Amino acid sequence: MLIRIIKNRLFFGAIVLFSIFSIIPLFLILFFIFKNGISSLDFLFSSQILNAIVGTFILIILAGIFSIPLGILAGIYLSESKGRLVYFVRLCVEVLQGIPSIVIGIIAYLLIVVPMRGFSAISGGFALGIIMLPVIIKSTEETLKLIPYSLKEASLALGVPYYKTILKVVLPAGLSGILTGILLSIARVSGETAPLLLTAFGSCFMNLDISKPINSLPLLIFNYATSPYQNWISQAWAASLILILFVLILNIIARLIVKRWRIQF
Amino acid sequence: MVDHYSKKELIFKKILFLSGFFIIALLFTIFLTLIVSSFPSIKAFGLGFLSGKVWDPVFSQYGCFPFLLGTLITAGLALFLSFFFSLSISILIGEYLKKGTLPFLLKGLIDLLAGIPSVIYGFWGLFFLVPIVQKIEVFLGITPYGVSILTASLVLSIMIIPYSASIGREVIGLVPSEIKEAGYSLGATRYEVIRKVILPYAKGGLSAGFLLSLGRALGETMAVTMVIGNSALLPKNIFSPGNTMASVIANEITEATGKLYLSSLIEIGLVLFFLTTIVNIMGNYIVGRVKC
Repeated sequence: MLIRIIKNRLFFGAIVLFSIFSIIPLFLILFFIFKNGISSLDFLFSSQILNAIVGTFILIILAGIFSIPLGILAGIYLSESKGRLVYFVRLCVEVLQGIPSIVIGIIAYLLIVVPMRGFSAISGGFALGIIMLPVIIKSTEETLKLIPYSLKEASLALGVPYYKTILKVVLPAGLSGILTGILLSIARVSGETAPLLLTAFGSCFMNLDISKPINSLPLLIFNYATSPYQNWISQAWAASLILILFVLILNIIARLIVKRWRIQF
Repeated sequence: MVDHYSKKELIFKKILFLSGFFIIALLFTIFLTLIVSSFPSIKAFGLGFLSGKVWDPVFSQYGCFPFLLGTLITAGLALFLSFFFSLSISILIGEYLKKGTLPFLLKGLIDLLAGIPSVIYGFWGLFFLVPIVQKIEVFLGITPYGVSILTASLVLSIMIIPYSASIGREVIGLVPSEIKEAGYSLGATRYEVIRKVILPYAKGGLSAGFLLSLGRALGETMAVTMVIGNSALLPKNIFSPGNTMASVIANEITEATGKLYLSSLIEIGLVLFFLTTIVNIMGNYIVGRVKC
């Protein structure tokens, strides 16, 4: 009996120990980025980093323009319809979500960069948009499925047509969940580098023309981190600090929205 | 009035249907583009592309076996390294700590781990893990490159923990309390219940979690590219530099001159697409079955 109790205790100890160990890298990374980022604070708003920040925002906007409406519509479709086709669309969304980002990059390269004969912000936005799509679709679908049927029935019973019920009753009720999905998808693509290597490519100049190559924070980090110059590496640290703060804040806001704004039924 | 509405109704339904249809079309476009663009390479090398051990752009000889092997080793090793860690977190959050602030905090931290961009993992790996691996290599008396398959696996193993852990904790939370209580009523300790009741019950779901994190590891690009050393030679052991399919595409595609070179790289993308899709469909299928 004693052996069994000891075993029980040891097991719990091991579980706790392993769990703590798997959290340690998070703190190591955060500590490392903050330490090096703060020591290169001078570069924090160098022109390079500034134009990378602008580029990141342009890319996110380009990606969001088509992926947010399309994602929400497809999410409504999945939650509202039934049948074989819906099942198949759902499978496609899952496959789409699993495609490595570099492969999405290849697609954007072949479909946009090659015909346009040059790297461009548009192609980068397209690649990022495809990556955002499945995240938005899934969160929209899951949110809308949780909305009680009685709400819809009440609206329909009042004689409100179906499309208005969806747009004016169901969609607003699920707004917090949909917004969370959008924010999380933005957080995910703002750190995405691989597809941009083949699409937005990076640029040393401030550039607002979306048919030209554009820089972004993750691209700058990758290019400068692997360079041999200390000055560039310092800029990469500063850029990492900005990027990680941006992503973490987005994540935290997204989670707060879920907690605060959720409509209780 | 009624007609007016029913017309709008129809348009609305059509738009919804089209958006769903667009997703299918998008996936098929991706698939077809990959196949069409890698056709020159498929024609030139056939199935030998997968087993070809030489990747030499100078002599137009392309075989992706070194990268296939590199991908499978790094992903497999990462899965192995992360196994006990993500299992522990799953058990801790799913069984021991069900309510309260501690599991909430732990969940939040794990989610943050998933939120860190991969290029930052790579940057950190380059300046933190590479020196450590170098020291190990000096200690073992091997050429201390620092960048190696092992380094890539270490970074990957940290990156995939959140994926298998989040599914794992859900699956373990789904184990019905009746069968757990049955175990306790027979006098079993908590360890025995976990070992003999919970884990066997949750086995399917747990393996699905690991499959999905494997899918993630197979396709990860930036973090791997930065620490693996990018060598097209067949890796001798886990301390030698290598390349994965994703990292070779990232490194070479913008410099690929010549149709065959480009199309070979795209064929690697196609292989990667197949590999991750199969792993993901399998994982999602099991998860879907467990949850219902």
